Amino acid sequence: MRKYPISGWGLYPIVKACKSKACYSQDLVDFALRKKPMLPQGNCRSYGDACLFDRVVSTLPLNHLLSFDPTTGILCAEAGITLGEIIRFALPRGWFLPVAPGTKFPTLGGCIAADVHGKNHHGEGAISSFVVQLDMVLANGSQVRCSPRTNSDLFRATLGGMGLTGFIYAVALRLRKVSSAYIRVRSVKTTSLAETCSVLEETGAGYLYSVAWVDCLSRGGRFGRGLVILGNHAPADELGSNTPLRLHSARKPFLPFHLPRLAINRWSVRIFNAFYYHKQLRRSGEALVHYDRFFFPLDAVGHWNRIYGRRGFLQYQFVVPLAGGGEIVKEILRSIATSGMAPSLAVLKILGPRQGGLLSFPMPGYTMALDFQVGDGAIIPRLRELDELVLQAGGRIYLAKDAILQRPNFEAMYPGLEEFRRIKRRYDPENLFRSHQSERLGIS
Amino acid sequence: MTGRALILGAKSAIARAIARGLSEEGWDLILAARESGRLEPFASDIRLRTQRQVDAVEFDALADASFSSLPASLQRNFGEFDLVVLVFGYLGDQQRARRDTAEIEKILRTNFTAAAIVLSHLANYLVERGKPGGIIAVSSVAGDRGRQSNYFYGAAKGALTLFLQGLRNRLARTRVHVLTVKPGFVHTPMTADMEGMFLVAEPERVAGDILRAYKKRRDVLYTPWYWRYIMLLVKCIPECVFKRLQL
Repeated sequence: MRKYPISGWGLYPIVKACKSKACYSQDLVDFALRKKPMLPQGNCRSYGDACLFDRVVSTLPLNHLLSFDPTTGILCAEAGITLGEIIRFALPRGWFLPVAPGTKFPTLGGCIAADVHGKNHHGEGAISSFVVQLDMVLANGSQVRCSPRTNSDLFRATLGGMGLTGFIYAVALRLRKVSSAYIRVRSVKTTSLAETCSVLEETGAGYLYSVAWVDCLSRGGRFGRGLVILGNHAPADELGSNTPLRLHSARKPFLPFHLPRLAINRWSVRIFNAFYYHKQLRRSGEALVHYDRFFFPLDAVGHWNRIYGRRGFLQYQFVVPLAGGGEIVKEILRSIATSGMAPSLAVLKILGPRQGGLLSFPMPGYTMALDFQVGDGAIIPRLRELDELVLQAGGRIYLAKDAILQRPNFEAMYPGLEEFRRIKRRYDPENLFRSHQSERLGIS
Repeated sequence: MTGRALILGAKSAIARAIARGLSEEGWDLILAARESGRLEPFASDIRLRTQRQVDAVEFDALADASFSSLPASLQRNFGEFDLVVLVFGYLGDQQRARRDTAEIEKILRTNFTAAAIVLSHLANYLVERGKPGGIIAVSSVAGDRGRQSNYFYGAAKGALTLFLQGLRNRLARTRVHVLTVKPGFVHTPMTADMEGMFLVAEPERVAGDILRAYKKRRDVLYTPWYWRYIMLLVKCIPECVFKRLQL
């Protein structure tokens, strides 16, 4: 079979792989029975090598809606459907995703495999909190249903299990009732990192959605200034002249080629940050924002990952416990600033207490996501030094973003790992489901 | 105009795209294919999105003995239907077919014999109803000129094109319209392992073209449109030159 180069959203690393497609649930059974190591793959929206392996089975053709109950809001769909397609179906009927990550292009199955979180994690948890049941195809070819009550071990291992427990064929997901497509947004301008953290923690708790954008290239007293963005779904009667359930448009401009590596540097980022920060003049502003712009601003430009050039980028996302977490975040940002790394995007958010699966990323604390150009690769050892800081603080790195974490650090970061391995061995004794990441980190 | 459409070969990528398009315009659907149980997720997806009636039924193009009773049994089980969309086809393995009788027969029977038989019976049904109706049949640009790389498939599709011309001629005075579709290369499972493809179109685009052409009562559709001119050029090459080309 021919091999094709594939990569995650970060365009790093790029590997060659045999690609197959699953068009019917029976195909998943057939793939399992071939007994060759493989990885179920969605829309490749994880950043690093979590979605990569020598043999990948694309589940994108498995994208059908199976049933919807308008009284409970429970949608059953095949796992290859993208979040955007779910919105397209659900919103006109007055329903929305219970959890919206930063892009609407991942598949439902991929979101569950990574147990993605959104701006509402502090109050409601990750997507795992809304999964009612999963229909899976296991390594021995059997079709099994799992939920918090039946096969609960498989369920807990699959939520956040990075696709390593078996194929997720179908998902029952509890949607959120909404009366409009708009978010009532309040944004608060902060002048320092401490203020950013405290506004997030204190004011954020009163909102369904909260997140902060941080300017980490500003210096001196302004270090860590930013915008805290808070929001709730707007009721239909507050919309004025807006159409209440307006969908996102299907066609978007896209970046047709890779920008040169030098396009993103500390000066261009600093200028962008200054504009972004000063765009809002007053300390606190309110606005009505469409969901597409509120949740998925980066989806506005297709292939935006190409601005980092051919060699791609790393998104570094960590979480550290709330107690003393603000200081750790500051220390990490300082060490980034002094070592001359230029993160082009920095997002800070508070994660809440809701537990997901055994390998789920979220834990109560501060999570920060930073984008770094890969460039000549000098960034990688520096980021690994940050891993040590995160580990010492009792935190962890998000597997869906990771491409460079090292096995000992990973094992120390995820206390659910041993139980995950036991369950994985029970359902996949021959270790058929693998990824480059799982081999690098020794997940299974 | 809407009603109920019968789609033969409903598992193909082009057929699914046509089915989606028709359902969005308000058509009910009968999806006919082998292993029709596999179409259930697709059928439930369309039902949920459009509230149309969608049924799946077992149909094997190589079981042509049952075709004469097909219209009556479909009407009995699912009600009257107004539009027939024939999408099934079999590309086959040209290299193998050179020496393999069974492969030759499978290519010719699937693409021509079965299509001609089933369309004859369905055309009679549509005409005898006396109501407006239509036949959309997917042939291929491969049927426009024989080439060494696919002449079994091409010959069968060429024969299908001729058959449709005759059928259209016969039905011209009835209320049943016949549309011949000649797609170029399309991204589908059929062409997944094909090499040397160019100007490849997506099934959704092809399906959109087909539905527009049907509404405009066009007779022959090349899709995407530029294949009309590519094939015109190909057909203009004199045979004494053409036979030496590597096409």
